[in-house]
Amino acid sequence: MTMIAHTQSKPVLQFGASVLILGGALLVLASAPFWAGRAELRLLMEALSYLALAQMWNLLAGYTGLVSVGQQAFVGLGGYLFFALAIFGGIGVVPALILSAFGTAIIAIPTGWLAFRLNGAYFAIGTWVIAEVYRLGVAQVSALGGGSGISLPVDIARSLAEGRAEREMVMYYIAFAIGTASVLLVWGILKSRWGLAMTAIRDSELAAETIGVNTRRLKFSVYVLTAGFTALAGGFLFLQKLRITPDAAFSVNDWTAFVLFIVVIGGLGTIEGPIIGTILFFALRQVAADWGTWYLMLMGAIAIGVMLMDKRGIWGWIAARTGWSLFPTRRLL
Amino acid sequence: MVWINSVIQGVMLGGLYALFAAGLSLMFGVMRFVNIAHGDFIVVGAYLIVTFIVSWGLHPAIGVAMVLLLVACAGYLNQRVLLNRVLGKDILPPILVTFGMSIIIQNGLLELYSADSQKLQTGWLETTSLQVADKLAIGLLPALMFLTALGVIAMLQFIFYRTPLGRMLRATSDDPEIVPLMGGRNAHTFALATGLASLVVGIAGIWLAMKTNFDPAAGPARLLFAFEAVIIGGLGNIWGTLLGGIILGVAQTIGAQIDAGVQILAGHLAFLLVLVIRPTGLFPKVSH
Amino acid sequence: MTKLLEVSGLTAHYGDFQALFGIDMTVEAGETVAIIGSNGAGKSTFLRSLTGLHSTRGQDIRFCDQPIAGMAADQIHKRGLAMVPEGRRLFRSLSVEENLLIGAAGKRKGPWSLAEVYSLFPDLKAKKNNPGTALSGGQQQMVAIGRALMSNPTLLLCDEISLGLAPKVIKDIYEAVPLIRERGTAILVVEQDVGQALAVADRIYCFMEGRVSLTGTPDSLSREQIANAYFGIGEAA
Repeated sequence: MTMIAHTQSKPVLQFGASVLILGGALLVLASAPFWAGRAELRLLMEALSYLALAQMWNLLAGYTGLVSVGQQAFVGLGGYLFFALAIFGGIGVVPALILSAFGTAIIAIPTGWLAFRLNGAYFAIGTWVIAEVYRLGVAQVSALGGGSGISLPVDIARSLAEGRAEREMVMYYIAFAIGTASVLLVWGILKSRWGLAMTAIRDSELAAETIGVNTRRLKFSVYVLTAGFTALAGGFLFLQKLRITPDAAFSVNDWTAFVLFIVVIGGLGTIEGPIIGTILFFALRQVAADWGTWYLMLMGAIAIGVMLMDKRGIWGWIAARTGWSLFPTRRLL
Repeated sequence: MVWINSVIQGVMLGGLYALFAAGLSLMFGVMRFVNIAHGDFIVVGAYLIVTFIVSWGLHPAIGVAMVLLLVACAGYLNQRVLLNRVLGKDILPPILVTFGMSIIIQNGLLELYSADSQKLQTGWLETTSLQVADKLAIGLLPALMFLTALGVIAMLQFIFYRTPLGRMLRATSDDPEIVPLMGGRNAHTFALATGLASLVVGIAGIWLAMKTNFDPAAGPARLLFAFEAVIIGGLGNIWGTLLGGIILGVAQTIGAQIDAGVQILAGHLAFLLVLVIRPTGLFPKVSH
Repeated sequence: MTKLLEVSGLTAHYGDFQALFGIDMTVEAGETVAIIGSNGAGKSTFLRSLTGLHSTRGQDIRFCDQPIAGMAADQIHKRGLAMVPEGRRLFRSLSVEENLLIGAAGKRKGPWSLAEVYSLFPDLKAKKNNPGTALSGGQQQMVAIGRALMSNPTLLLCDEISLGLAPKVIKDIYEAVPLIRERGTAILVVEQDVGQALAVADRIYCFMEGRVSLTGTPDSLSREQIANAYFGIGEAA
């Protein structure tokens, strides 16, 4: 059959091409502080953070079928925990970011316990309610500035590096680390035993259970893991903004709707999808951000269009036609 | 007395939440479909009634009839043309498509009406109230709102259990694959369900416009209230949805009595409490 | 006699798996035809194809001299082809009477009405307000047959109506078949119980591995022929 001929003749060539593309992209990104201007660097930092958010949402929805529209809870918690640790705990920026990720993962355990009491589409809206509870709850905490939020003192940002240029370079490499780590994390998971179990769940949940996969525990673990990593990106995003408010921290549009669009347009259930989606999202934003509301309406329309035309998204469509894969997760038997 | 007053206001507010919830519950009941843009559709109803009555100066009765006709037809067409194409076992496509609609509606409304908040002034309806006791008054408008909710739910109950349409809706909900063998057309039945749900959404939107200030971004909160009322009440039980709405409304007004800032939070916490104690809701459907 | 149903060369696939390999069949007006065959012979797929539950686009199926291949199930139903699905599939939130009324949703004219169904299956009348699923298996099967009759079909398809029922109950149900015929409805039953099929049918088709392995009238076929066609043994001898 043609399919088999395809996969048999291509791997070597494809492996080379993957290494070339990925290596090239890494090199370009790693050297960005040396070629990019300030504005581009800021844009790249944001894009790398979004890449992490998108990879995490994709891991959750695309591989375990848990459709959450409440991931803003973890972006917000990550942001606020980071601010609290850095401001009141006197902890350095990088350790505070990491601690806030772990802290959020711990909070995600009772959160998930609640959310998992609902199924399917109701799980989705339930996660949203929980995110709202965190938003409204944080707004009640006067130490964190209540509803009007809190700023990161200048000396904390300064502690990263003295000069502005150096500071931005450090910031950039934090974003670079978060973005690339998110890709490697998902890739690693998919190649692990978890990945095999996830594929089994995706093919048939019932069948997976009968061969001894504890689907609930697996899904729960992935939920907690993605919460922690989402919080890491969230902490960084607000480090970049230097100010956090409940409305910004727990925004469903910024941290869930856009992330959803990125993943779905790029291709759900693939590692390449969120990458392509992020590139497209930021490219579109550069062109169309001035259109204001029309730009957002266009985003919504594109997402609907993808769902109606080809649910697999851009990468899914390409992969189905060419058999390409930048991140081979299938083990060669 | 202030507490009794809070409870009574909460019950009335619960009527509004039941109106929000009825359409969502109906669509889920018939086609296992959750519309993320549900709240935004309610807000569209509110904008339409303000436009017809205030901007165009139409007679209120004509305005109301136009809103209901328009949203019911739009709901039917939306399901027939668009949403039917994403129905299925995979829950993501409907969530994503309606999420996209939600973004489009919110920004479209922003473009058309600006971010200023609006309210439909109802004059004497709003100011008339029945003084039951000292510090205890029941406003005419909230009372009418609650009666509307009772009426709408009784109507849905009647349609569901006493009419051929309701029979077909229940049959399609039970086993959509087999219904075409009885001559049912699922695409049409689903669209009728959404049309009916949209009619209720229109009613809810009109009451939203009369009851509170609203703006283009008011939809998501309404979706969440609707959802909470459905879950608290128990899936598949339309009177349970009314009780769910009332519990949510009372939790909110009592919360507001404690501190104006925690009104919404109190409602969410009541919902989470129910989720902890009884994830199937307080009044789940008993098979008869 | 006029040809009611004419199927020629019908094939069916589930993905890469081919379930039917060129089935030819005719059913004449007022006739009772039985399809027998073991599990997986393609009997249910054949019925699903006839009713439009399984796509038959571009194939050759004529019903009442009209091509129906590729039509939607509700369109085929409207032309007078009704099915009693395998496993009964009653609507669990509907009462017995409501289940019957759903069958009449297409509003076809004909001899069948609630009263007629109740006179065919008197047990149902007393239970008309019970939920359909609260009945015994045999009574549920009666509701499923009644539901299909309510659409006044010219051809009634019955998929494994004796499955899982006690012999006495099967006998009761099959007693209805001649009464249904009397009112001019042709019947096509799929049945694993060969004895039962031979007893009611004018003609038999035996399916094996997606093909018709034998066809004829019950008295023209020997037990041996049927066993061969059914199990595929002794074919080479």
